[in-house]
Amino acid sequence: MDIETWIPVVYLITAVTFVLGLKGLTGPTTAVAGNRIAAAGMLLAVAVTFAAKEFADYGVAAIGITAAAMATGSVAGVAGGRMVKMTAMPQMVALFNGAGGGSAALVSILEYARSIEVGSAPAAGAVVSTVLGLMIGGVSFAGSAIAFGKLQGILSPRAYRYPGQRLLTALVFGAMIVLALGLVLDNAGLVLVERPTALWAIAGLALLAGIALVMPIGGADMPVVISLLNAYTGLAVAMAGFVLGNQLLIVAGTLVGASGTILTRLMSRAMNRSLANVLFAGFGASAGAAVAARADDGRTTREVSTEDVAILLGYAQNVIVVPGYGMAVAQAQHAVRELADLLEAKGINVRYAIHPVAGRMPGHMNVLLAEANVPYDKLKDMEEINEDFKNADVALVIGANDVTNPAARADKSSPIYGMPILNVDQAKNVIVIKRSMRSGFAGIDNELYLDPKTGMLFGDAKEAVAKVVQELKKAA
Amino acid sequence: MSGDLVLGAYVFILAAFVGLEVISKVPTTLHTPLMSGANAIHGIIVVGAMLVVLAVPGTLGTILGFLAVVLGTANVVGGFVVTDRMLAMFQQRPKRAAPPAQKK
Repeated sequence: MDIETWIPVVYLITAVTFVLGLKGLTGPTTAVAGNRIAAAGMLLAVAVTFAAKEFADYGVAAIGITAAAMATGSVAGVAGGRMVKMTAMPQMVALFNGAGGGSAALVSILEYARSIEVGSAPAAGAVVSTVLGLMIGGVSFAGSAIAFGKLQGILSPRAYRYPGQRLLTALVFGAMIVLALGLVLDNAGLVLVERPTALWAIAGLALLAGIALVMPIGGADMPVVISLLNAYTGLAVAMAGFVLGNQLLIVAGTLVGASGTILTRLMSRAMNRSLANVLFAGFGASAGAAVAARADDGRTTREVSTEDVAILLGYAQNVIVVPGYGMAVAQAQHAVRELADLLEAKGINVRYAIHPVAGRMPGHMNVLLAEANVPYDKLKDMEEINEDFKNADVALVIGANDVTNPAARADKSSPIYGMPILNVDQAKNVIVIKRSMRSGFAGIDNELYLDPKTGMLFGDAKEAVAKVVQELKKAA
Repeated sequence: MSGDLVLGAYVFILAAFVGLEVISKVPTTLHTPLMSGANAIHGIIVVGAMLVVLAVPGTLGTILGFLAVVLGTANVVGGFVVTDRMLAMFQQRPKRAAPPAQKK
């Protein structure tokens, strides 16, 4: 028996390694092994594909081109994957996701072009999956590129809105779908379409659609968008699997599609908004104007010094740290851990309350704190710790805003009304470390800052925390 | 309706159930590695890219085929590297128990 006949078996084994890889991710101890098993399966699948008939038929040239392409891709992947800072992870994930989507779109184009070239009309099912793969892959590619730009700071992270935006987005999507239907009907012999032109037009419109989809979405909604684009690329790969009649691609793509879908749903739910609302409401479009430090009824915020904070923390028994995107931006996670270590050495109980959408991707805060070697059993989910805030002596809010706003509970007129929040306002004392009085992403005032028990410590999160650490060391 | 397509549909639907079942058990802590790991897995598209790398003759066809493989490989390699780095951080726990204790 030659290798060729064994290829489907190897693909099956690879599919199993992917399931095992994802299964491994259900626990921190099995995760590394799982990831490596999946990587090994991937390597195996790629290796045997060199022996596949379709590939071998291209002759030696294909081996050269593929090897060169793989070398290029590997260098890009290793360089990108190794050099990127942990705080820049969300954009890196977006970038690699876009690469997969782009590849899936290209595979759809090439396979379709081949079938035209040969002159045989492709099967109806193949045409449907081709246009789906092309559209979803294209949207994912362009959307991920925009998400990358926003996260990297190349593009403004604010929601980008202009008059007639929804109409234009709808037109782009509409035109794309009409053309796609045209290709399918053409295949059925019902209408006549200039096939290559239609294909390129669909590809172009898919890219536009991806841009139009992500541009109006603001930074804080990125956890939803990244999960969604992840699901899209998975689906595009599954569609490419249908086109090529390759079950491995279908399984892998579908698994990712399922994972992306679950994460998207979790993230939307954590904001108490529907996916449609996230995509089309243009939340956070207002440019974060400075919020008044004084409320209409005369209440004002109370500014505290690092000494005050150090004293307050030093006499606490229970401290809950509430990290947000501001901690990531300032790269304050190491300083935060140093602070926690000092407090723990004094016998103070320190825990971290993680809101599901804190940061810019699902689980963002967990990864950052893990990078700073914070034990993961100290990281508590919102449901797990929310009841405990009332027993906390100090809630230390570092770069988080909207997820702590009590208005979400009480104020029906607030745009974030109904969003589950961390019960920071129930702690005995609240310290908020914040750059300035700028409003959070949602562009609304935070009642918490006017609460008499809240002290505001203004400054860069990393510097502010480091100063508190120094004060604590002095006192010790 | 071709048999291939129906077979594909079976695989698609069953894989969707497996995916939903397995992934709904992933804890919040590991959501980022999950996304990044899933990201690497859809890099399997590189196999598809290889199968069509020279499917279309001519310069444009070759360039597109080349690009498909480049993007697919970057996706796989980058995805696994990033995931491995993230997971390594979740493993470092045992090493750290010492420092805070010494300060007492």
